[in-house]
Amino acid sequence: MLQETAFTNVEAEKKTVTGADLLIEALKKEKVEVIFGYPGGAVLPIYDKIYDCGILHVLPRHEQGGIHAAEGYARISGNAGVVIATSGPGATNVVTGLADAMMDSLPLVVFTGQVATGVIGTDAFQEADILGITTPITKHNCQVRNIEDIPRIIKEAFHIATTGRPGPVLIDFPKDIAAGLVEQPAEAEIDLPGYQPTIEPNYLQIRKLTEAVSGAKKPVILAGAGILFSKGSELLLEYAEQQNIPVVHTLLGLGGFPADHPLFMGLGGMHGCYTANMALSECDLLVNIGARFDDRLTGNLKHFAPKATVAHIDIDPAEIGKNVPTAIPVVGDAKVALSMLVKQNGKPPENSEWIQTLNEWKKENPYWYEDSNSPLKPQRVTEMLYEKTNGEGIVVTDVGQHQMWAAQYYPFKNPDRFVTSGGLGTMGFGLPAAIGAQIADPSATVVAILGDAGFQMSTQELAVIRELNLPIKIAIFNNRSLGMVRQWQQIFYEERYSHSLIPSQPSFVKLADAYGIKAYEITSESEAEKVLAEVMNDNEPVLLDFRVAENENVYPMIAPGKGLHEMVGVKK
Amino acid sequence: MKRIITLTVLNRPGVLNRITNLFSKRNYNIESISVGETEQEGVSRITCVVNVDNDRIIEQITKQLNKQIDVLKVADISDQAVVARELALIKVQSTPQNRNEIYSLIEPFRASVIDVGKDSLIIQITGESEKIEAFIELIKPYGIKELARTGTTAFPRSSQRSTQKTNYSIV
Ligand SMILES: Cc1ncc(C[n+]2csc(CCOP(=O)(O)OP(=O)(O)O)c2C)c(N)n1
Repeated sequence: MLQETAFTNVEAEKKTVTGADLLIEALKKEKVEVIFGYPGGAVLPIYDKIYDCGILHVLPRHEQGGIHAAEGYARISGNAGVVIATSGPGATNVVTGLADAMMDSLPLVVFTGQVATGVIGTDAFQEADILGITTPITKHNCQVRNIEDIPRIIKEAFHIATTGRPGPVLIDFPKDIAAGLVEQPAEAEIDLPGYQPTIEPNYLQIRKLTEAVSGAKKPVILAGAGILFSKGSELLLEYAEQQNIPVVHTLLGLGGFPADHPLFMGLGGMHGCYTANMALSECDLLVNIGARFDDRLTGNLKHFAPKATVAHIDIDPAEIGKNVPTAIPVVGDAKVALSMLVKQNGKPPENSEWIQTLNEWKKENPYWYEDSNSPLKPQRVTEMLYEKTNGEGIVVTDVGQHQMWAAQYYPFKNPDRFVTSGGLGTMGFGLPAAIGAQIADPSATVVAILGDAGFQMSTQELAVIRELNLPIKIAIFNNRSLGMVRQWQQIFYEERYSHSLIPSQPSFVKLADAYGIKAYEITSESEAEKVLAEVMNDNEPVLLDFRVAENENVYPMIAPGKGLHEMVGVKK
Repeated sequence: MKRIITLTVLNRPGVLNRITNLFSKRNYNIESISVGETEQEGVSRITCVVNVDNDRIIEQITKQLNKQIDVLKVADISDQAVVARELALIKVQSTPQNRNEIYSLIEPFRASVIDVGKDSLIIQITGESEKIEAFIELIKPYGIKELARTGTTAFPRSSQRSTQKTNYSIV
């Protein structure tokens, strides 16, 4: 009898926990501030623990909205965005977001529920092979097979998502694993012998690059999102000034270098500015820092930087030489590479003529549009949004013409202020991404610039904005069409507007009203002035339905198959 | 051109899927793939033979493979002195009349007969792909009923000749 009591006491001292407990504990260890999640059968054991876990949980109205919100959060905060979805349809609803995050290198840790281990493979209710589906669109994915492994797997997932070239990691969580009991496992250690990103570049390559810069006559830096991920903006500025090298940005790099700086030559690529594209075409040394030579940036590779020696700094060695032959490969973190380059303090290039040419191009070929009070011009609206936010707002866009106008007419002064879907070009991204961005930076003015079509791909997330009272300024550039598609059909398909015009639309004002969000329809510039003055500093969400000119096109433009120097619409 | 890539990988669920997936995602042409355990517990070795147009593609393949979290090491060993072997099982039609003839083909290839039936033989042959190819051509006229090949598995040789470019191992 005595013996038996002693035995029970020892048992009681050993703490038993469920898989779901271990998950929450691991999230807390990673200092997760917010979970974007949607419950369902397979994740009920997890949701029971979320109920009183103390971490903010945001319920999107569609899992795709949840994962885009996590992307916006990740882009602004630099932390991994955390998503939970149930098995089957919940899991397949996050697929687009995973592909988007994979393309744009956004750190996410996504948990999907899975049917119980005993029935995996039997086509059980709400079973989907999410590992198979997401293998090509995740940096890594795995399924939890032993409850004891949970702390290690989650620790590794955050490590993989946020280090090296960031990306999405998916962990598939069978229901019995979440519900099952184990003894509290020991502290987890990361065990990833196959994963060691190179942070510090090879010194000899840095020397080689320094010499190439000193000898160049027409050098240019192409800076991509790698600058932002590495937090290397200040060093980029220091290096560019030290060496007097002009800087061109990719779409996703915008903000990495101050747009009002004399050395900034603008956005390159399909809808980039004349100076940036000509700088890329005419340079004799192209220093790519953290960009991946995406086709929307390079145009036809045959004509890309034909006279240049190419140097490429990238943390992902597979990006170097993938699209453009590279003479000086530098594998490593952009910020570390820049600090080494600055320390070299090489002789600056003799490039005064080059700088002079670029400045002349800049003066002669700014972005242009024909202004009018009514119809309201989308470019003008973007400029007004810039003015009203002193150029310091967070701008989140959807995909289409409005996205390009935002990139052109909102010259970012600071890093990490632009959230946009670049590589995948995902419509429906903007509204939920704005939610994540606002949660990441509650004091910022977040402006969501959306097309009327893209807005309708995630309208339901207005409910979240209301629920959390996020003071997002939703600016819909309403051209009653799939504007970018309409533009291509006008130019390349003889104005045969096949399914790109939207003659019947709901009233966005009434829609917003139904969600309890204040809204205005705005048809002229003077009206826009008045409303913006009224609402921009409100601590309230607002929806602005800008009725913009319906036939406006984005210029300049490079037609598919053309080189960067073959821009059309550079001048009126 | 044909290239041989060897990988050592952590033997975790899904790792083979990740690797074959990468080949199809990136539109690489894979000729054969063989997988098996190594001397180290939990570590597998994968040998891929790929057909590529130029060196840039092979560089991309090795870099992309290297990026996979569970991949420990990737090597393109095509330019090294290697021992490469493949095994094939061939079921060939044979009558008592032509059996001796077939045996006479088998011998110089150091193949062996591992099963004899009423009207067929099963031959096992190991060696480099080219050797197996040649043997199959020779045996074809007798009527091949079934054929199974393992795909190449390969090692760099212990001693490398410094200038060697292409190498053939001695059978
Ligand atoms: C999910 C998805 N479907 C289709 C497309 C193709 N697409 C690119 S831009 C665009 C039109 C977008 O229209 P709207 O949201 O109104 O923006 P606008 O171009 O008019 O500014 C379409 C259909 C896409 N990028 N994403």
